[in-house]
Amino acid sequence: MNFEEWVSKPLLREFGIATPEGAAFDNPQAARAAFQGPCTVKAQVPAGARGKAGGIKFAFSPEEAFEAAAGILGSTISGHHVERVLVEEKVEIEQELYAAVLTDRTNRCPSILFSAAGGVDVENMAASRESAMHSLQVDILNGFSLEQAEKLVADTGIGTAEGLVAETLTRLYAAYRSLDAELLEINPLAVTKDGRVVALDCKFTLDDASVARQPGLAGKGAPESRTDLERAAAKEGLRLIQLDGSVGILANGAGLTMTTMDAVAHFGGSPANFLEIGGDAYTKAEPALRIVLSQPGVKSLLVNFCGAFARTDVMAAGVVKAWKRLNPAIPAFFSVHGTGEEKAVALIRDELGIEPFDRMDDAVKAAVAAAGSKP
Amino acid sequence: MILRSHHRILVFGATGRQGTFWTGEMIKYGARVVGAVNPRKAGETHLGLPVLGSAADAAGEFEVALMFVPPGAARDAVIDACEAGARLIVCLAEHIPVHDVMEMLAAARLHGSLVAGPNTAGLVTPGESFAGIMPAFNDAMFRPGTVGVISRSGSLGALACLNLSRRGFGQSTFFGVGGDQIIGTTTREALELLDHDPGTSAVVICGEIGGNAEEEAAEYASGMSKPVIAFIAGRASPPGKKMGHAGALVDGGTGSYASKRCSLEASGVAVANLPGELPELIAAAVQAA
Repeated sequence: MNFEEWVSKPLLREFGIATPEGAAFDNPQAARAAFQGPCTVKAQVPAGARGKAGGIKFAFSPEEAFEAAAGILGSTISGHHVERVLVEEKVEIEQELYAAVLTDRTNRCPSILFSAAGGVDVENMAASRESAMHSLQVDILNGFSLEQAEKLVADTGIGTAEGLVAETLTRLYAAYRSLDAELLEINPLAVTKDGRVVALDCKFTLDDASVARQPGLAGKGAPESRTDLERAAAKEGLRLIQLDGSVGILANGAGLTMTTMDAVAHFGGSPANFLEIGGDAYTKAEPALRIVLSQPGVKSLLVNFCGAFARTDVMAAGVVKAWKRLNPAIPAFFSVHGTGEEKAVALIRDELGIEPFDRMDDAVKAAVAAAGSKP
Repeated sequence: MILRSHHRILVFGATGRQGTFWTGEMIKYGARVVGAVNPRKAGETHLGLPVLGSAADAAGEFEVALMFVPPGAARDAVIDACEAGARLIVCLAEHIPVHDVMEMLAAARLHGSLVAGPNTAGLVTPGESFAGIMPAFNDAMFRPGTVGVISRSGSLGALACLNLSRRGFGQSTFFGVGGDQIIGTTTREALELLDHDPGTSAVVICGEIGGNAEEEAAEYASGMSKPVIAFIAGRASPPGKKMGHAGALVDGGTGSYASKRCSLEASGVAVANLPGELPELIAAAVQAA
């Protein structure tokens, strides 16, 4: 789950990291009324490189603050509709640094990233600049000490305010741990002309598996772009990714569901969705089928089960029940193997009069043929 | 380590609904289950097994700990098992907070315990033992043999084993590494295990998009004399979406199907377009070797 700057900066302040004075507004009148001196007006969208896209403007009078906010609000930045601007005091910058703590999946530990060359789009950093990125893997059982931070800062050689910057890094790590962050990034971290260390931006991603134990944060995340049907599926506890193909897919387990989509594409068809009912969701075949069938453009249904934990007889019973009730006009093709297979096959054969295919590939080919050629 | 019939297994959460079903199946299959752990039911007997309050009560009397515990309790359970000397911990839970995963893996490293998972379907050594939620008892799917199978996904791993068994290729072992972003045994580490296993003559990797597990494994495979073949799920998946598994995400150019397939093929690993092609590729690879 991602958090916009206006939400994540107050979180940094709770951990003792300074940010510019400011507030977020959804209308230009409020931005004008809040003017107290030279300020920055920033579009609040979950995307990087906002400056280049015209999402960051400076204002030196109330009227300029109004105009900047009016120009940014309602515009589209990197595909996101801007609904809010952050108006902040303009800071006199001496030096721009980069600091982040992230979950390092290769080394299976938190890593600190620090560079004297901040302010740029780090993802697009040229190789020569990337060499200026210093990193430190943290032993999560021992934490990240001030001594380690001081050494990292000294090794990077920023020259000014090293003590304050090192302290900021330890606070950033404390915030990362307390907030169950996947990424907490400050770019730029500014050393100001008057010697303060201030976070000018903040990117915060919360670990999706930790949302439940961070109840204070869950409601503040940037909304995910989801279709109505994806939202309806989520309400049923199902993970749907809606695509625009014509073969509806129902399978168990993430790996098998992706594989089923691959097979549909391999034989010349186009998958209509990713919807898996594996794991604990294997009892949800009935709502899952209802969701797949309600998707426009679905011309055939492919049911591919390979049961391990998920019992195919339980899933088949759900599909049969829903199929009979909804009585859809499209053809369905089954491949069923694994736990509960015999019962599942008998159920589909007896109740629906459909003979499951022995080979998955044959079921896929038949479903693709029935959906017809690509539109 | 590869799960063997002599390994003594302690099952955390064996008293729950799923724990009871699968532990019962494991016992029927011949797995050497020696006890259950549930602090709230310590002193009771379940499935004929003593229920212990903590793994410490069985220290020195088990090698493998299997975790049927919910995500919020996984970290403490894994740490309990490593402190009690578990050599191998199989962690099934999905959606464990990632900071907890990093803590439990750090503790496991400290104690020299190997962790399979989280978010694994478990381990199967056909004809000997199994630990987890794979239908080892389904003899159309699992048969004793010499092909080692590594999979990030339980359902896809099951399909791969089914395809192999149907064409006469039994398995030396099935190793579910798990679908999470951060896991205790990576595909590369599992490949190394199977490379050193005298009972394994060839390896099948069932990978998926996201991360760089397959690229790392490809690097190791290039130095192996045993044949390795692979299937990678997610070729038709859109980028920027988590495809069910926390680890299955193509993000900013990393983790793509093309990158994985290229790395594997450059290392001499034949890549199947679909799981149905695995038996032919294995037959060709074994013949060539």
